[in-house]
Amino acid sequence: MFELWFAIVCAMLAAYVVLDGYDFGAGIVHLFVARNNEERRQVLAAIGPYWDGNEVWLLAAGGALFVAFPRVLSAGISGFYFAIFLVLWCLILRGIAIEFRSHLADPLWRAAWDFLFALASMLLALFFGTALGNLVRGVPLNDAGWFSLPLFTTFSPSGVVGILDWYTIGAGLMGVVALGAHGAAFLTWRTDGEVQRRARLGAKHLFRAAVGLWLILFFETHRLNDVLSVLGQRPLGWLGVALALGGIAAVHHGLERGKDLTAFLGTSAFLAGTLVATAACLFPVMLKSIDNPALSITAYTGGGDEAGLRLALRWLGIGLPLAIGYFVMNFRLHRGKAVAARDGEGY
Amino acid sequence: MNEDALFWHRLQFAFTIVYHYLFPQLTMGLALLIVIMKGLSLRPGGDAWALAARFWIRVFGINFAVGVVTGIPMEFQFGTNWGSFTRYAGNVVGHTLAMEGLFAFFLESSFLSLLVWGEKRLSPRMHFLSAVALWAGSWLSGYFIVCTNAFMQHPVGHATAQDGTLRLVSFWEFLFNPWALAQYAHTMSAAVVTGSFVVAAAGAFYTLQRTHLDQAKRFLRVGTFAGLASSMIVAFPTGDIQAKLVAEYQPVTLAAMEGRFETGPMAGITLIGQPNVAARRLDNPIAVPGILSFLAYGAFHRTVKGLNEFPQEQWPTNLELLYYSFHVMAGLGTLFIGLMAGAALLSWRGWLHQVKPVLWALLLAFPFPYIANTAGWMTAELGRQPWLVYGLFRTAQGASPQVHSGTTLFTLIGFTGMYALLAVLFLFLIGREIAHGPEADHV
Ligand code: HDD
Ligand code: HEM
Ligand code: HEM
Repeated sequence: MFELWFAIVCAMLAAYVVLDGYDFGAGIVHLFVARNNEERRQVLAAIGPYWDGNEVWLLAAGGALFVAFPRVLSAGISGFYFAIFLVLWCLILRGIAIEFRSHLADPLWRAAWDFLFALASMLLALFFGTALGNLVRGVPLNDAGWFSLPLFTTFSPSGVVGILDWYTIGAGLMGVVALGAHGAAFLTWRTDGEVQRRARLGAKHLFRAAVGLWLILFFETHRLNDVLSVLGQRPLGWLGVALALGGIAAVHHGLERGKDLTAFLGTSAFLAGTLVATAACLFPVMLKSIDNPALSITAYTGGGDEAGLRLALRWLGIGLPLAIGYFVMNFRLHRGKAVAARDGEGY
Repeated sequence: MNEDALFWHRLQFAFTIVYHYLFPQLTMGLALLIVIMKGLSLRPGGDAWALAARFWIRVFGINFAVGVVTGIPMEFQFGTNWGSFTRYAGNVVGHTLAMEGLFAFFLESSFLSLLVWGEKRLSPRMHFLSAVALWAGSWLSGYFIVCTNAFMQHPVGHATAQDGTLRLVSFWEFLFNPWALAQYAHTMSAAVVTGSFVVAAAGAFYTLQRTHLDQAKRFLRVGTFAGLASSMIVAFPTGDIQAKLVAEYQPVTLAAMEGRFETGPMAGITLIGQPNVAARRLDNPIAVPGILSFLAYGAFHRTVKGLNEFPQEQWPTNLELLYYSFHVMAGLGTLFIGLMAGAALLSWRGWLHQVKPVLWALLLAFPFPYIANTAGWMTAELGRQPWLVYGLFRTAQGASPQVHSGTTLFTLIGFTGMYALLAVLFLFLIGREIAHGPEADHV
């Protein structure tokens, strides 16, 4: 049961990264791919109907973590207390920027929101990447299963660590570049004209950088700790790596041949595969203790309640198909290239 | 963990939730009224209703956006600020919090852009269905969160495991907690009160301004009828049931809400009076005898226990505020019924648009349901103290142990700034919509 819920939580988080990732990415690149109001509205029209639903995956994953592993949730997010609030404030600004930007035709108003949208999206990608880096590196858990981290110490990922060190910053940069590429690929698929041309170019360059960083981080992770040493024995880990490699090939193929959907599915597979492989290697550890493996919180000690989780499978079995159903409906209703809305309507 | 940090955790949670709840109450109330307007617009010749709905949908969209972005921090603060509570009760309340995301938020977010921007793209019937979906989603979300709160007020369906944390034993008992059903009925009708007062206020505003007169008449009609119905339901039966539940399961809270120190029959409801905790009495009370006994137990002569009956460590920690909150809510509730009964009667006779004093009253009344709703929640939440989960787990045990007071104060200040900005933006954009009015197509 705990294995299953570990998988469910990871799958929901991966869904969150892939889905909200493309609208973060669109935010990261929009100042570059969309130069005037018309083009910016094209970008917003492409993500407007989806961003809120995508963000709900974060809440749903948080809810699943809440019910399945309350010790992990409470230690994890209270340990990163201050960073979590930075994330929340960025999420607020970003949501408001998307929703409020086009309510007023004033160029200053719009320019300000455009900038905030880009900034908040970029910071969020950075924070999420850094968070993943912290989870892989480990945190200083105490006997009672709590921790708190300073923002940084010596920037070295061992000894007395902070949230930021060169390894976690690397992961954060990877977050920005990879989500930027993902968003650019999405825009290539869903827009046309100049925006599409620039997005395609952006996707190409950013994705190349992402793959480069990915390789570096792969080897650095291996050097830093033993997480990857179990990769050989974890079939799901291999599957994840294969998925990511397949994604790389698909992006290359798709962008060269103008098969935009293939390229977007490729960046999605790249992100999902990387996360699946990471989760498979970390299993069963959910919060890794940096200095004493015995203190790590695992899927078995995370505070779950087996009977309750069996129960929760039932509502999950009803709720997930519904959520996926809405998602498919929403994509079908908004299919086709996004066009900038008339003033007074739309995003 | 020191006392100091606990105080800031409580203040931050209270501030952010009170602020958040300013928006969902209008979302939930307005969603129902929009469904009604869209429904009326489907009839032949219903174009004017479609126009009315279009105006309110724009207001709804702005309100919803702020509700969403202020809701997200709420979900996280269980973990960041109330980590020990999360560990203790996560196996139970995690169910409803997760279900809220899965069943309600996905539904709302998928139909939002269809409702707000989809009118030209969808058939009238499909657009109506989007309104229904949004209404259903927002009311479902209300149920799950109220159910979470109800468990904290009146825990049922649970057991305590060996490690001291809670386990869910009966899912259905937990999901259909009698407290949740009563609280839900009361909260949803209170949300409709807010929605109706806002719609009626806009109608009164345009009527007094002599603009958009046709639409104003419609707003007044929907606002006053729905306002009267919901104001009555809020008081009776739903408020009444709430009071009976409090009397049964939280008797010390009931005594505190009324500022009663002495036990006795024919307990009255105070209209005026201030609790004096040090002297254990109510200063300058003016009370109607018997009403509290009746509210709590359905009979005037019944004995209501006073605070002196309970050890002081079980008393709600902020007795004065609790007392005032309850009286503000119940007092306003009574006034609402009076105002809406008069206005609905005038509207029904077709005279309302000429009666200036009533129009002014309707215009100026719209902030008060927000105050009543907030006061109601303060009653519930202060009345629950000193428990976080009633009778099981104290608020003092609930906070995250390693988060210090200065850090929490800092994030509280951050929220204050962020939310001040949101308030300015919100009022500015809503003000523009109101100024443009229901008829103009505009940016
Ligand atoms: C427009 C808003 C509004 C109005 C006019 C009223 N209420 Fe209310 N009340 C609420 C909005 C509200 C609320 C915000 O929805 C609360 C907070 C928690 C809850 O369940 O509903 C609430 C709570 C609440 C509680 C506390 C329950 C607890 O401790 O958990 C009681 C006893 C009542 N109400 C009773 C009444 C009575 C007798 C009213 C007579 C007119 C009344 N309310 C009017
Ligand atoms: C329905 C879901 C809600 C849940 C699950 C919930 C939960 C909580 C929690 C965990 C606390 C902090 C612990 C404590 O002080 O007891 C709290 C405090 C508080 N909440 Fe709620 N709350 C809900 C709704 C609301 C609403 C809508 C309001 C007001 C509009 C509100 C007003 C307050 C206040 C004023 C406090 C501070 C009480 C004090 O510490 O003395 N709550 N609530
Ligand atoms: C501690 C308590 C609360 C938490 C954790 C919470 C959480 C949230 C979250 C995360 C959202 C954003 C959803 C999205 O992205 O679409 C939201 C919105 C919403 N919440 Fe709350 N909420 C709380 C209190 C309440 C209460 C008491 C109610 C009503 C009874 C309520 C009703 C709603 C509704 C209807 C929305 C939809 C958005 C809107 O209308 O503004 N919430 N809430």
